[in-house]
Amino acid sequence: MRLVDAFAARSKRRPAFVPYVMAGDPDLATTEAVVRALARNGATAIELGIPYGDPLADGPTIAAAGARALASGITIEDVLGSVARLAPEIPSSIVLFTYFNPLDRYGLERFARDAARAGAAGAIVPDIALEESEELRAIFALHCIDVPMLVAPSTPPERAVKIAAASSGFLYIVSRLGVTGAASEPDFAPMRRQVAALRAATDLPLALGFGVSRPEHVRAVADDVDAVIVGSALIDALAGTSGDDAVAATERFVSGLFA
Amino acid sequence: MPIEPNARGYFGAFGGRFVPEVLVAALEELEAAMRGAFADEGFWAEYREVLRDFVGRPSALYPALRFLGADASVPLLFKREDTNHTGAHKINNTVGQALLARRMGKRRLIAETGAGQHGVATATVGAKFGLPVDVYMGELDVERQALNVYIMQLLGATVHPVSGGTKTLKDATNEAFRVWAAQVEESFYVIGSVVGAHPYPYMVREFQKVIGEETRAQCLERYGRLPSDVIACVGGGSNAMGIFSAFVDDPEVRLWGVEAAGEGVASGRTAAALGAGSVGVLHGSRSYLLQSERGQVIETHSISAGLDYPGVGPEHAFLKDSGRATYVPITDDEALAAFYDCAKSEGIVPALESAHALAFAKKLAAQRTSDALVVVNLSGRGDKDIAQVRALRERAEVRS
Repeated sequence: MRLVDAFAARSKRRPAFVPYVMAGDPDLATTEAVVRALARNGATAIELGIPYGDPLADGPTIAAAGARALASGITIEDVLGSVARLAPEIPSSIVLFTYFNPLDRYGLERFARDAARAGAAGAIVPDIALEESEELRAIFALHCIDVPMLVAPSTPPERAVKIAAASSGFLYIVSRLGVTGAASEPDFAPMRRQVAALRAATDLPLALGFGVSRPEHVRAVADDVDAVIVGSALIDALAGTSGDDAVAATERFVSGLFA
Repeated sequence: MPIEPNARGYFGAFGGRFVPEVLVAALEELEAAMRGAFADEGFWAEYREVLRDFVGRPSALYPALRFLGADASVPLLFKREDTNHTGAHKINNTVGQALLARRMGKRRLIAETGAGQHGVATATVGAKFGLPVDVYMGELDVERQALNVYIMQLLGATVHPVSGGTKTLKDATNEAFRVWAAQVEESFYVIGSVVGAHPYPYMVREFQKVIGEETRAQCLERYGRLPSDVIACVGGGSNAMGIFSAFVDDPEVRLWGVEAAGEGVASGRTAAALGAGSVGVLHGSRSYLLQSERGQVIETHSISAGLDYPGVGPEHAFLKDSGRATYVPITDDEALAAFYDCAKSEGIVPALESAHALAFAKKLAAQRTSDALVVVNLSGRGDKDIAQVRALRERAEVRS
């Protein structure tokens, strides 16, 4: 499902829920079961991580999840295989999340085509900032793969407007300086300073991520943004589980987060 | 004139700025401050003064009369970066970046280190300029380079072991980037080589070009001509860019970058990014890289910790593809032989990194005549390598 449709059709749940899981951690069957559970539990879009060994934007939780997935031999082709099985079944958009080098190596054109055929709605590439993203965005647009771009607390206002204009699917607002992970508290003050200007610059949904991990965080930003992105806290909640245990842990986590 | 990168930080097809958005503003702030400093004669005057009084520059250009053997006729010169304070070229760069950090009002320095040389050089300028220093170092390197860890601590720096990935320089660099992202406003990230996102490859070269400028002036003054060949080892490639930059416009000067072949370029246990790698993106720039077919960075090997890095500076990638410089491999065994030879023939214990350049000098000299003038950048001294070399020799003796 395309992101524009998923956001239009989203339940009354505010803000919309955009979870992140690492594909293949601990195995693809578990990942697929967790994605289905997330979709059943109201996820508007699901970010599916393609593992990379040198993830500069990620903290220890996601880096370790990626290392586990790589150790089990997960490839881009494997992840796209999962997307092809999941996309027809679930009412949520699937957004792939990975770094530039493995995509570049696979071939941007080939990746966009294969991701579109599999049914992915978008791709987030956190290590290409605006200046390096033009070619990738143009190629992905041809295949109807949205590319949500990131705005950070350190992004100057005029640059944030340019990023909003270049983004598609949604706009990813990074809550705080640093990397992904639930270890330190999110800081909503920079986001609140940015939101008004971003609303004026774009009609895209605004999604807040990095450190968003607890129900009080979700409640605190419900009036500011359209969606919350939750990754590391979910991966922590799934630690050591697989199969049905992972599904049960997912359901417990989501009901706790939106309690 | 040394090559200028374009406005987006590219040397030809190599370089750029492949970083998370959170770092872009910091890189732009750094670039603006750097351009201001570079245009300010007062900044360079202070830099030169610190290099003279604290580092001990200029370093000598030393005629090595015995290294090539008694019957050799090819004149060979060593650019003595090993005599710098802290024992290597690294300090030229950390002095420059610390002065820039102070000018920008930054309150902390962050550095990555592999063998510990750049960590020591950063801890040293941190102590000198009164800036707290956090050094990120792979867990394996912390074990292997215990002496340098202690020296950094003695200098007041905090050494943070990094447990992710291969637990070596690549992962220490990842962690330094992540920590910098969390504290971009107060901290200055001192990168140790001509790698990373723009403007680092250019800025670090500008702080190392003093090596080439001195070498060029010393050659002209003493020999009335430019060298025929300039040889330097290349890991990330900062000592090589430093000496090459003064000669890129002189086509008659052949430039040789010597990479660590490890157990051989085709062995799978190598660190020769230009010789065995392919084009990719690592640590913020596009360059050559040792990577799998799937774009995952692969583990490297070299006897020399300072060359044990899967990437290489983007300007080297440009010099390779343009043909202006030639990159050649030297194995662990060849470097070790040159290490012993240099100690015994010249009374200089070279760093294992520099020993790679020395080993190639021997090969090259065999093809040169007495009208050549070969310069080797002796980038560092070997004290840090003594324990490792001794252990290797003891192991070899047990075997034989």
